[in-house]
Amino acid sequence: MPRPIVPVADPTSKAFWDACNEKRLTVQYCTACDRRQFPPEAVCRNCRFPFHLTMQDTSGRGTIIGYSITYDSRIVAWHEHQPFNNAIVALEEDPVINFHSNLPGVPVDEVPVGSTVEVIWEEVEGQLVPEWQVVS
Amino acid sequence: MTTIKENGWERSRDPVGIWEHRGKVALVGRGHSDTDRRWDGEDLSKTLGAYTMRAAELAMEDAGITIEDVDGVVTSAGGQGAGQPLSDVWAPRPYFDPPYDSEDGLTSVTAEWLTQQMGLKNVKYTHSQGGPIWNLIGLAAQVVGDGLASVVLVPYPNGNLPGRYHQTPGNKVGGPAQWASTWGWGLSGQGFTFDQYCRKYGSDHDAMAPFVVQERANGLLWEPSYYAQHEPGEFTIEDYLNGRMIAKGLSIFDCDRPVLASACYVVTTAEKAKDMKQKPVYILDHTESAFQPRSLVQTLDDTEEWTDVQAQRSYAGSGLKPEEIDIFAPYDGFAVFTQYFLEAFGWHGVKRGEAHDFYAGDISLKGPNPLNSGGGNMGSGRMRTVFITDPMEQLQGRAGDRQVSIKAETAVTIGVLPVTAGVLAMSTSPD
Repeated sequence: MPRPIVPVADPTSKAFWDACNEKRLTVQYCTACDRRQFPPEAVCRNCRFPFHLTMQDTSGRGTIIGYSITYDSRIVAWHEHQPFNNAIVALEEDPVINFHSNLPGVPVDEVPVGSTVEVIWEEVEGQLVPEWQVVS
Repeated sequence: MTTIKENGWERSRDPVGIWEHRGKVALVGRGHSDTDRRWDGEDLSKTLGAYTMRAAELAMEDAGITIEDVDGVVTSAGGQGAGQPLSDVWAPRPYFDPPYDSEDGLTSVTAEWLTQQMGLKNVKYTHSQGGPIWNLIGLAAQVVGDGLASVVLVPYPNGNLPGRYHQTPGNKVGGPAQWASTWGWGLSGQGFTFDQYCRKYGSDHDAMAPFVVQERANGLLWEPSYYAQHEPGEFTIEDYLNGRMIAKGLSIFDCDRPVLASACYVVTTAEKAKDMKQKPVYILDHTESAFQPRSLVQTLDDTEEWTDVQAQRSYAGSGLKPEEIDIFAPYDGFAVFTQYFLEAFGWHGVKRGEAHDFYAGDISLKGPNPLNSGGGNMGSGRMRTVFITDPMEQLQGRAGDRQVSIKAETAVTIGVLPVTAGVLAMSTSPD
């Protein structure tokens, strides 16, 4: 079933979504603070300046740290997909950074918490969206 | 007329220190309108404006004051999510003759509207952009303490209109929603944090049952409760366990039911409180907080860190210790997050990971651990005002069948969320 929601980029998020279309999973990195942040923001949350923010490629690997399942969403476009997994992935090189995943191919409520995952890509109306698959 | 409080009234930066007006401000009256499931969009006697006027009349009567005594009105206009009026959520709608010819009076109630409609001719201070009730009472207390007004009405309207709650149409999302809706993330967030909690401490969702069931029972003893007025039947453990799941870790019975109701409080100086009708409930402190997740979502680590700060800030500001809190009323808008507040404050010795065992013990009204003696939102509907009215009534000894058997001389209440909350500490004594 095709993904129901298309993310609309804005000036702060455009670099991220453009990188996704090149199959690169990136996060913001402040060179002054040596600190990653995600989702992208207009300024570094630590130094509060925009000047040292760059987009940094990630390993594309992470760990599932927990999940829920949506049975009754407030988002109408997701209704025909219910129920679906809502897993959270912590980035391997910086576990404070987390990502969403519906874990394509994983049955509902059979989410292997603690497993290693790697990023994959799903397209929705021309935009690649990061998803994750279990590797171990 | 003075309007809009100066910036920076919140006590949200550590170290807060003991509140400079500790014990010098008091709650002295409360009033509640009827409680309905929703407004039908037609009956002008049941608008938020009409209900707020009624609640204000009752609050003044309760305090033993008249409109001539009132010199301030502090409110949250619409009561929904940081003061967002219902007009932004369910607009447009038909209007009527004045004073119901705009959203003001129908789906939101500004201080100015109320002041004009009730003829509050001595009002010199108004504010309509307050937050949830805890923050609002905190603001009113600071206003009185700072001398901007001395007898302040604090209305808190909460509305509901026809239709399902907060359904979001469309398939393109920008702004903050691009980081959540793209993966269908929503109330699953509550379930995710709860899942992390259960994995870390070895529990499961069934452990929530005794807490929610007790809250409903408590709420049935509170007259303004939606359930007391419209669904007075018993709610059992089996009922709870059979509730449909909204998300894994979040039952329909963990979600507060939207209702339409208004309440009003009277906040004044300790000096004036002595001459009013009810026993004063002194405000020892108000503190506020606002956090941000480290990344996309609120994790258990985030939640425990934030609630620890909220508790420590309140203890530092009020001068109270955990063992000195008699009445404890942590918010339960989603019942699955009440435990984080309970454990952070360490009420009755509850430590991290122990909340569910605590729920399984004696949390009855007449027992040793009457948590949320008013029943919370689970017991009354999405009004939030039980978190102020019940502690007041417990401390004043007029909670009726809800009156706890333990000592009731101090109270602490916190809401709305671990990510942002106000905390109020109250006492029967100004010292």
